[in-house]
Amino acid sequence: MEQLPLIAEEKKALTVSEITRQIKLSLEQRFPRVWVQGEISNFKHHTSGHLYFTLKDEGAQISAVMWRSRAEALLFLPEAGMKVIARGSITVYPPRGNYQLDVDQLTPVGIGELQLAFERLKRKLAAEGLFDEDHKKPIPEFPESIGIITSQSGAALQDMRSVLARRFPAVEVVRVQGVGAAEEIVQAIAEINRYGKVDVIILGRGGGSLEDLWAFNEEIVARAIYASRIPIISAVGHEIDFSISDFVADLRAPTPSAAAELVVHDRAELLELLRNYCYTMRGSLEEKLSTLRDRVQGLLSSYSFNRPKDLLRESAQRVDELERSLTLKFSHLVQLLHQSQLTLQHRLEALNPKNVLRRGYALVRKEGDLITSARSLGEGDDATIQFHDGTVETKVQS
Amino acid sequence: MSPGKSRKESFEASLKRLEAIVESLEQGTVSLDEATELYEEGILLAKECAEKLKVAELKVKKLTKAIDGQFETEGLKEE
Repeated sequence: MEQLPLIAEEKKALTVSEITRQIKLSLEQRFPRVWVQGEISNFKHHTSGHLYFTLKDEGAQISAVMWRSRAEALLFLPEAGMKVIARGSITVYPPRGNYQLDVDQLTPVGIGELQLAFERLKRKLAAEGLFDEDHKKPIPEFPESIGIITSQSGAALQDMRSVLARRFPAVEVVRVQGVGAAEEIVQAIAEINRYGKVDVIILGRGGGSLEDLWAFNEEIVARAIYASRIPIISAVGHEIDFSISDFVADLRAPTPSAAAELVVHDRAELLELLRNYCYTMRGSLEEKLSTLRDRVQGLLSSYSFNRPKDLLRESAQRVDELERSLTLKFSHLVQLLHQSQLTLQHRLEALNPKNVLRRGYALVRKEGDLITSARSLGEGDDATIQFHDGTVETKVQS
Repeated sequence: MSPGKSRKESFEASLKRLEAIVESLEQGTVSLDEATELYEEGILLAKECAEKLKVAELKVKKLTKAIDGQFETEGLKEE
């Protein structure tokens, strides 16, 4: 600094504004970027969105401000008592004559700020009931249409697509383009709900650092998932990472590929199941038929079923017997009749006059009349004598 | 349910019906006539289901917003 003469000092007295301007210049040039570690106190989140607070340690304190544009990028909400490292520049505010730290980055000390924010939001949402099992919607077993929300650079989409194509290509995939930031995810969830014609949504992103996956830990995303009418599977990052969206979602899958595996059945297994069903049905029906066949067979050979048949057989036998005996008796009768007829015949024959003539007797007729007495004939009468083999004419002599 | 779905049952509905049929056939308490009918229905359902599974290509669509604010989907080619 230039040495000024005493009188000149008096004459050249600076105005307050001037000295302040010089201080401002001096300080701001000297401390364009500093890192300051301290504890937050007097924290004030102004309605304008700007954050006002004091950083302090045992011996000193410094005012600090974080303008809205930067405060919005904060992943956690600062609070009194929190130890932080603030990055920024020293600025002077002439109207009040004070200096302050204009903070452009704020990081909690000790615990990672994202981790901190994560834990805080998780506690808050859990207390509100956003993770309640009761609220979780069932995932349809056989979705016909699957909504997929992923970032545009779609390694995750590609993964899911190939899993779905392999396992269950009969499904329809509706993707919502290019989302990365929390607001975009919220909008995508709302849009696909308004579209409505999907059965389940997979909200997915490949692995990354906690910062990369941060959108899925944002409160607005959590609330959008909670509000979705369509069930949502959260599939963010690698297996070990959990995001807030995992807790709110109706189902959590460790990776997008795993979500695709979860959401559809394997068609090869289903085809096998169908084959088994056909086999079982056929077997059951065959068993039924064979059971019935056995029952019919059983009935056919049962005593009661066969009783009528037996009776019939007995009757038939009886008829046969009767018939036999009838025949026998009849022929016997015929024989008897024949016998008596023969006897009668013999007797009849014995009475035949011709047979008498044959034995030497003869019949004598006069003028055709049979002569039965010697007195009926006189001398000279003509008579006819009939023998068994013919007649002769004769004349009575005496 | 959209009009397209009402004509043909959804895969899930068909499979559930098939499972019910298999179960009643397995229990064997139905009459032979019923069993025969169930069997025919079951085989038909199994065939239908298998047909649905045989779709060869995954359909991927993109959700887009039409001018009137309605949403529609358009087919998406392999990338």
